Amino acid sequence: MSWITKTLTSSIGRKIIMSLTGLFLCTFLVVHLVGNLQLFKHDEGLAFNTYSHFMGTNPIIRTIEWGLVLGFGFHIYEAFALSRRNRAARGTQGYVSNHSEQNSEWTSRNMGILGSIILIFLIVHLYNFFWRARFGGLPKVGGNDLESRDLDNLYLAVVDSFHVWWYVLLYVAAQISLGYHLWHGFRSGFQTLGLNHRKYTPLIKYVGYAFAVVVSAAFASMPLYFYLFTNEQGDLKAAIAAPIMHAVASAF
Amino acid sequence: MLLDSKLPEGPLAEKWDKHKFNVKLVNPANKRKYDVIVVGTGLAGASAAASLAELGYNVKAFTYHDSPRRAHSIAAQGGINAAKNYQNDGDSVFRLFYDTIKGGDYRAREANVYRLAQVSVNIIDQCVAQGVPFAREYGGLLANRSFGGAQVSRTFYARGQTGQQLLLGAYSALSRQIAYGKVKMYTRSEMLDVVVVDGKARGIVTRNIITGEIENHAAHAVVLATGGYGNVFYLSTNAMYCNVTAAWRAHKKGAYFANPCFTQIHPTCIPVSGDYQSKLTLMSESLRNDGRVWVPATKEIAERLRKGEITATDIQEDDRDYFLERKYPAFGNLVPRDVASRNAKLMCDEGRGVGSTGLAVYLDFADIIKRTGAEAVSQKYGNLFAMYEKITDENPYKLPMRIYPAVHYTMGGLWVDYNLQTSVPGLYATGECNFSDHGANRLGASALMQGLADGYFVIPYTIGDYLAQTPPTPVSVDHPAFAEAKAGVQARTETLLAIKGNRTPDEFHKALGLIMWEYCGMARTEKGLLYAKAEIQKIKKAFWSDVKVVGTGEEMNQALEKAGRVADFIELGELMVDDALNRNESCGGHFREEYQTPEGEALRDDENYAYVAAWEYQGENQPEKLNKEELTFENVKLTQRSYK
Amino acid sequence: MAGSNPNAKPMNLTLNVWRQPNRQAKGKIVEYHVKDISPDMSFLEMLDVLNEDLLHTNQDPVAFDHDCREGICGSCALFINGRSHGPEKGTTTCQLHMRKFSDGDTITIEPWRASSFPVNKDLSVDRSAFDRIIQAGGYVSVNTGGAPDGNEIPIPKEISDRAFEAATCIGCGACVAACKNASAMLFVSAKVSQLALLPQGNVERKTRVENMVAQMDKEGFGACTNIGSCAAECPVGISLENIAILNREFLAAKATSNNLA
Repeated sequence: MSWITKTLTSSIGRKIIMSLTGLFLCTFLVVHLVGNLQLFKHDEGLAFNTYSHFMGTNPIIRTIEWGLVLGFGFHIYEAFALSRRNRAARGTQGYVSNHSEQNSEWTSRNMGILGSIILIFLIVHLYNFFWRARFGGLPKVGGNDLESRDLDNLYLAVVDSFHVWWYVLLYVAAQISLGYHLWHGFRSGFQTLGLNHRKYTPLIKYVGYAFAVVVSAAFASMPLYFYLFTNEQGDLKAAIAAPIMHAVASAF
Repeated sequence: MLLDSKLPEGPLAEKWDKHKFNVKLVNPANKRKYDVIVVGTGLAGASAAASLAELGYNVKAFTYHDSPRRAHSIAAQGGINAAKNYQNDGDSVFRLFYDTIKGGDYRAREANVYRLAQVSVNIIDQCVAQGVPFAREYGGLLANRSFGGAQVSRTFYARGQTGQQLLLGAYSALSRQIAYGKVKMYTRSEMLDVVVVDGKARGIVTRNIITGEIENHAAHAVVLATGGYGNVFYLSTNAMYCNVTAAWRAHKKGAYFANPCFTQIHPTCIPVSGDYQSKLTLMSESLRNDGRVWVPATKEIAERLRKGEITATDIQEDDRDYFLERKYPAFGNLVPRDVASRNAKLMCDEGRGVGSTGLAVYLDFADIIKRTGAEAVSQKYGNLFAMYEKITDENPYKLPMRIYPAVHYTMGGLWVDYNLQTSVPGLYATGECNFSDHGANRLGASALMQGLADGYFVIPYTIGDYLAQTPPTPVSVDHPAFAEAKAGVQARTETLLAIKGNRTPDEFHKALGLIMWEYCGMARTEKGLLYAKAEIQKIKKAFWSDVKVVGTGEEMNQALEKAGRVADFIELGELMVDDALNRNESCGGHFREEYQTPEGEALRDDENYAYVAAWEYQGENQPEKLNKEELTFENVKLTQRSYK
Repeated sequence: MAGSNPNAKPMNLTLNVWRQPNRQAKGKIVEYHVKDISPDMSFLEMLDVLNEDLLHTNQDPVAFDHDCREGICGSCALFINGRSHGPEKGTTTCQLHMRKFSDGDTITIEPWRASSFPVNKDLSVDRSAFDRIIQAGGYVSVNTGGAPDGNEIPIPKEISDRAFEAATCIGCGACVAACKNASAMLFVSAKVSQLALLPQGNVERKTRVENMVAQMDKEGFGACTNIGSCAAECPVGISLENIAILNREFLAAKATSNNLA
């Protein structure tokens, strides 16, 4: 084995890969989230569909996409490799009585379970949107607008899905898992890279908590919003729209 | 046999250098042909094993612990002395020498002590180079403190954990040699006999603590660094495993045991809380720098305290007796350990002791807390205060600490010459295991110094002198002496298992400890010692007919280990009593009530007792033969110690 | 005879103790009862009481490691009620006192569990893996005798203090025992950062961390997932910051050392 493979397959090396891919995936989450916020624009999906078209066709984005595939791939592979190693290290005879809840956070001990939930979601999610967008199966937007009529109407697919109760449930559950996963993962990534300093570590920790809450809450808000507040076309239900509008108006 | 201490000729300051030049050297190419066994991996053992391996010898190191890092050197809190004079306060090699000789009440060899002071400076350099994190000043240089009543600041320290850091330094040096293959490390191996072939030490017999296997190991020389025997008192500040077995078996094979009655009682320990107590915990002597020692002025007040009717803080200033400050205005609370201990005992004997048992005095920090604030006190003593609270459940920031003396160190040990060789050729003893440097009383922060001096800087030179005169032919365990020694160990193990009596090894140990503490502890009388001797003989007889050990010898069997150690303690106890009876004087840690000045201080008899009592084993149940090594003092004037 | 607290009431306890005759044998939990335990006793003194009882009734006493009983040698290693060294923070088993328990309590006592720490007997485990990790590089290669004057290298007090804090590790293994992954990172990192912080350790800085981590992996310890149980259970408070230092040292060494192996 060369020094590189030796380094990367050592216990710390594997953790460094986990950390680098994890933090990279965090940046992906930000981009993905910002893009998805277009869903909330009440323009019948125009902005969202333009955005998704750009993401699906731009060569730079398509190249980075491979990075993303590798990022996910390694993050998941290393997670399995580390879990196996760590289970072996613990040994066959476990503790009869173990109160680890008294010395550590639940999330920190259950990154594997949280990650697995996210993985299941990811597969469903990829099939549902990515696969159909990339390899066909989505209707065109249609209409008279020259710029938009040939775009895939991913918006409608999203709104459709967000009216399926079990999908919304899976989506929200996955976002809760993601939140807990990030709660530990964000600061853990820095620690693994050795970025621990008594001045900055507290900051990293709280930024990580904020990141976890904001990102997962924002993602979860989308299916909930469409399921609860809109009709099949993504328009606000009148019964709900009025009081909300009223509330917003009176708030100002 | 004549005791030849092999002291070099010439002026004191040149003896060691001259000796180093005069000792024979082993050819570098030949060093790998010599095997050396080192038993014990504390400061003295680990430093010796590492240094000998660095020189090229093949070392086999043994410890009964699971790792060489666990030896009780690790528990030393205060620090290590060295005559660096970094503080520009008048320290020098001669002053350290002088203080050590005087502190030892003139019962140590001048040449050994001078050498100790000389190499003390090298120890600090060596340890710093190893990465030992000694305390430092803001300028980045090493910090010192004054310790144990010394008039200069020569003590180097690493917070309250100096012993730990020094041991880990020696352990790291040892680990490096293990990695190089120059040291073969045997953990969980307890030495149970020395093998003597044609009058020379040629190996040891060990028992593997996990499997119970009895093994022979051969070498050209054997170094014992097996520590002190304070656990003969059952309760001491020694660790639970500390024992005399290795030294005692060597003694039975011909090594003389010197000054066994010289034991040090440390004044600042946490008092006994009940009869389940398994050991005592030391509170660093540095506490006496700021704490004030007192007891109630009258028995009546003490009585009310013990009943819990009042607490220490209820007692008015006028009703307190700061007895050390009263009796020793010059040194006050900083009098040497033996003086402080004895006075605490006196107060308790007068019925003025505190705590529910009445066997404690107060060490009060109220003044310093008032003067500098609790924060400053916590900076200095925080970890000690926390430890005290953990054990006693009392907050020393609010209530004064309760302290009482406890056995802490044994100055006596295997007799060794200037080369640290015992009376058995090829058998060496280093550290607390030997008797050589502290006389009748050891100064604070000197135990670490001596252990490392012996291991790093003395034995590597002196053992070469012996090996150079030993042919480098391979040694083996084939000689009948090995089979015989092994059979002896096996027979003893079987005997212990076969008795199947009613009393546990711990019960015998406790019984022995009570006798030793009462009659051969802080104060001794002829009558008491005679009584103790008879009692110990009874305990010995009872032990060999009534001890209870279950299980077998072929497994991990802690009760069996303990039984073997207690058996040796009983025999040692009797020798200590004999030694205390023989020494009709008081000196240092040996206080015979018949021999005291009108002020109650130890009264030496330099005319008749300025000698080392080296006891020679004569066989089972035979009185031991006393050999005397006269001590001559050419560089110091013998004076009566006075700390008034 | 009560000690510091004359009002403390003696306790009766039920003990569930792991018994295992030797490394190969299968172990099990055995229930024992101890009576009249003083709250001033240390936990190990309570076990002494149990062992004396067992010996008197011709039963094999429970084997456990202990020595200094002052919290510094690192010998004692009991997993008490699901926690390394029991419920009290910053405390070794030997410094845990029975006043932390109540009359009638049931206490479960197990050995450290990790495949790198096989059980010798009952509650005693083999921690020689730690020694082998130190042998792989936990030292400064200086032979006796050649050292320069101790004051030749000034070391800032702050650096020296931090090195000291890392150096206080007692090698008990509580970190491994508490860690879900049986990772030895806190132990290894304490030694690596002590020597990385000090100028004396600088010379062998890269090879040290490379070799110690390689040995740690070879011993079969798990990988650190930054759970933090180790530092929370460490009786001497070794900080997680050391693990970050170890990661950093490892990465830097691997990236820049000349070692191609």
